[in-house]
Amino acid sequence: MPESSLVRHLHSSSPECRTSPVRHFSRSLLPQHRNSSMLSTFCTEHNVQDCLSHISQEISSLGFPPVWAVSASPSELSVVAVLNCMYELIQLHRRNIQTLENMEMEQLKSSSEVDFLQLTSTRLKEQLELSRRENAGLLERERQLQLKVKSLQTCLKNEKEEVQKLQNIIASRASQYNHEMKRKEREFNKLKERMNQLLVDKKEKKQAIDVLNSIGRADGKRSLWKTGKTEAKHEGEMYKTLLSDYDTRQRELVLENAELRKVLQQMKKDMVSILSSRKPTLKGDKHKDDCIQADSEEEVFNSSKESVELYCVHAREKLTTSIRLQWRRLKSHVERLDSQASLAQRETRKEEMDRLMLDLQQCKDFIQTQEQLLQQLSSPCDEETASLLSDCYMLQEKERLREEWGTLEEQRKIFERERKTFTDAAIRLSHERKAFEEDRATWLKHQFLNLSPFADSKTSQMSKSKSSFLISVEPEASAASAPEKLIRSDLDFHTHRSVPLTTQSAGELYPTPCLIPENSLTKPKREAAHVDESSIFCNGNIPAQHKLWKNSEDHCSHSLKREKNSSI
Amino acid sequence: MNFSELFKQSNQLCKVSPDGKYLATCVQYRLVIRDVSTLQILQLYTCLDQITHMEWASDSLFILCAMYKRGLVQVWSLEQPDWHCKIDEGSIGLVSSRWSPDGRHILNTTEFHLRITVWSLCTKAVSYIKYPKACQKGTDFSRDGCYMALAERRDCKDYVSVFVCDDWHLLRHFETETQDLAGLEWSPNGCVLAVWDSCLEYKVLLYSLDGRLLSTYSAYEWSLGVKSVTWSPSSQFLAIGSYDEKVRILNHITWKKIAQFDHPATINNAKAVVYKEVERRTAVGSDDLSLHNITIGTTLFNTQSKYEICPLPVQIPVVKPDPDRANPKIGVSTLAFSSDSRYLATKNGGFQVQSLSWHGSGDSLILLGKEQLCLCFMDTDQEDK
Repeated sequence: MPESSLVRHLHSSSPECRTSPVRHFSRSLLPQHRNSSMLSTFCTEHNVQDCLSHISQEISSLGFPPVWAVSASPSELSVVAVLNCMYELIQLHRRNIQTLENMEMEQLKSSSEVDFLQLTSTRLKEQLELSRRENAGLLERERQLQLKVKSLQTCLKNEKEEVQKLQNIIASRASQYNHEMKRKEREFNKLKERMNQLLVDKKEKKQAIDVLNSIGRADGKRSLWKTGKTEAKHEGEMYKTLLSDYDTRQRELVLENAELRKVLQQMKKDMVSILSSRKPTLKGDKHKDDCIQADSEEEVFNSSKESVELYCVHAREKLTTSIRLQWRRLKSHVERLDSQASLAQRETRKEEMDRLMLDLQQCKDFIQTQEQLLQQLSSPCDEETASLLSDCYMLQEKERLREEWGTLEEQRKIFERERKTFTDAAIRLSHERKAFEEDRATWLKHQFLNLSPFADSKTSQMSKSKSSFLISVEPEASAASAPEKLIRSDLDFHTHRSVPLTTQSAGELYPTPCLIPENSLTKPKREAAHVDESSIFCNGNIPAQHKLWKNSEDHCSHSLKREKNSSI
Repeated sequence: MNFSELFKQSNQLCKVSPDGKYLATCVQYRLVIRDVSTLQILQLYTCLDQITHMEWASDSLFILCAMYKRGLVQVWSLEQPDWHCKIDEGSIGLVSSRWSPDGRHILNTTEFHLRITVWSLCTKAVSYIKYPKACQKGTDFSRDGCYMALAERRDCKDYVSVFVCDDWHLLRHFETETQDLAGLEWSPNGCVLAVWDSCLEYKVLLYSLDGRLLSTYSAYEWSLGVKSVTWSPSSQFLAIGSYDEKVRILNHITWKKIAQFDHPATINNAKAVVYKEVERRTAVGSDDLSLHNITIGTTLFNTQSKYEICPLPVQIPVVKPDPDRANPKIGVSTLAFSSDSRYLATKNGGFQVQSLSWHGSGDSLILLGKEQLCLCFMDTDQEDK
């Protein structure tokens, strides 16, 4: 086939053609190469047709005019079309490559742009960070400056107030000075006037005293002349007064001193006793021992020379320094004890507190629940609660009862079903029996009448119906479940036979779809005894169902009668 | 309280003798001596002119009546009604006249405070003291009457002269470190002299009897300073009332401030009890030390007024004085210690209380207002001692 060979040639050469002009497309070469190898594997001598069809499909899918028609003969291939197609493909390929190039260019550009943008964004971020920091710094500075301003303002206010105060003082002083000046001036003027008056006044009145007789001195003594002796005496008296005053003061101070010293001694003794009592519990016992020994020595020293030596400066200094030392020791000791105690106290207190809180909470809850219970018991509850709680003691038993009911219910259902099947079976059995009896009767009749040759067709009919019935019954005999088949068979049976009067009663007979599926018809029930078996439970539904079944029974009996009538 | 009939008097010259037996009143130019218990007129003397000043001598035997306009002093004797004495200062004039503590000398201060003339009634001798200072309290006698301190001013400097009252011998004469000495006061034991400066400078100097400077005290600068000073009767404390409405108390051993009392316009101290007269307000500067319990308020005009205890805080009505005027009516102007030195009564501000004085027993205080009199009695049993 030349076409095929041509095609093959083309195919085989096409990759070569493709490679030479397209060599400068570096990327597309490799797949091309692969393509050629693939091409060789794609189309072989055996699957030319398939290849052709495949290719034509592809080409048509690409939107080009079909190269090869399906219905045309396999060897026919329009070269022109193929060439056109090839040309189109080449064009397409070129265009694709171009677009690819463009896209690659675009991609390069965009990537470079992206890089650039990233760079700028990082730079801007840095700038932003920098400016933010600067801003924070500036804010901080501003705040500090504002604080400074505020403080300066308060300073200024203070200064102003001070200035105002000083101004007030100056004003008052000035007014005082002015007042004094005026007073002095007035006095001066008066003096001047007086002087003038005196100058003018010729008659000068002299001072004089006019006493009737001199009176004696108050103390009765004679007045003395002013002599040096008297002066000395006066001086002496003056100094005596002063000295006596100092004497009294000194005596008082001495008494005070003695008292204070006694107090200090007492304090020292107390401190020493306190510290020595703490001796075994403290660290650095040896140190304390030495000190206390020194103190005791001092004490001895002091007490022995109490009366005289205490008043000398040396002893006094010793006493004060020793007291100071003791006091410092005592203070540090007390501080240490305090811190320890506070720490321990704090810890133990915390634990205790937690424990106590927990206990408290528990007790509170307990008390609350007890109160509630007490309230419930003591107070009369209202009707609702009473009614609710009336059977509260029986609750558990009720629950159990309910559970048992449930189980019993299930069992009942099962029993129902079984019963139903049994009743069905019984009905069938009865039917069979009836049929059998009838058969027997007929057979007997036939037998009797066999003597006469008339009953063939009926028997055959009967047998047929019976057989159908029996066929349907047989598989059911063993199985208790699947009453639907039975129903269906019954239905068939009934539809064949009787008027479906029972459809009327279907709705009212089976309102509860639990036992029997919907749209089902009644089952003829023969005896009430079967039904009675099932009426063990005191469920509300059951009696109704019982009634309904009774009704159905009647209907069934009616239908049976009808059947009977019809059959006969 | 019972009141006698009204007696006439002039110039508020009405004094009881130091021994408490006689009452002397001046009516124009007459001097009336009554018996205190019976109020019968015992003596009647007539002076030459309207009496401007009258004073009992310390032994209650003599009375001086001074007539400043005429420059005359007349002395009368109780024992001898015929006895008379007249001192004429002449043209030099008379500004003040007083007895010396021994009751035998009269000190006359001449006009313009040129000098003090000491007239002796025993010897008829005259002594002159030059350059006395004209100030709030320029002379003070010690309580035992031995010494007299006199403030002098020479060459624009202040001096203090201490005289022995016996023979007016100048014992000590020393310069003080004051700008403008305003007053001086002996301590009750006579050993320390307190000297204070004028209100333009807060300065209190303490000199011993022999003229040594013991201590200086200055609470603050520039504002108006000391207004009044008083010693406690035991000489242990010196109370200084100043224009800043505070009282500062110095102790006699170190002469340092040991206490300071404020006079706030709003009393909020829980310990203070404030009494308010229902009829008319005569508020007293409260003292933080005392606890007033019962107050009997009476007026001279028999109008009933009650005192009720005001609940704290109490706002005392304050009249702000004109700051431009000299000697403003602010500050603690009157101080008075009780006799046992336990309480201090102070008057702050411009209230119309002329004087405060304690009873000798130290448990009651009498306040004299311009038109009213108030007697405060303290229940001392409640004090915890």
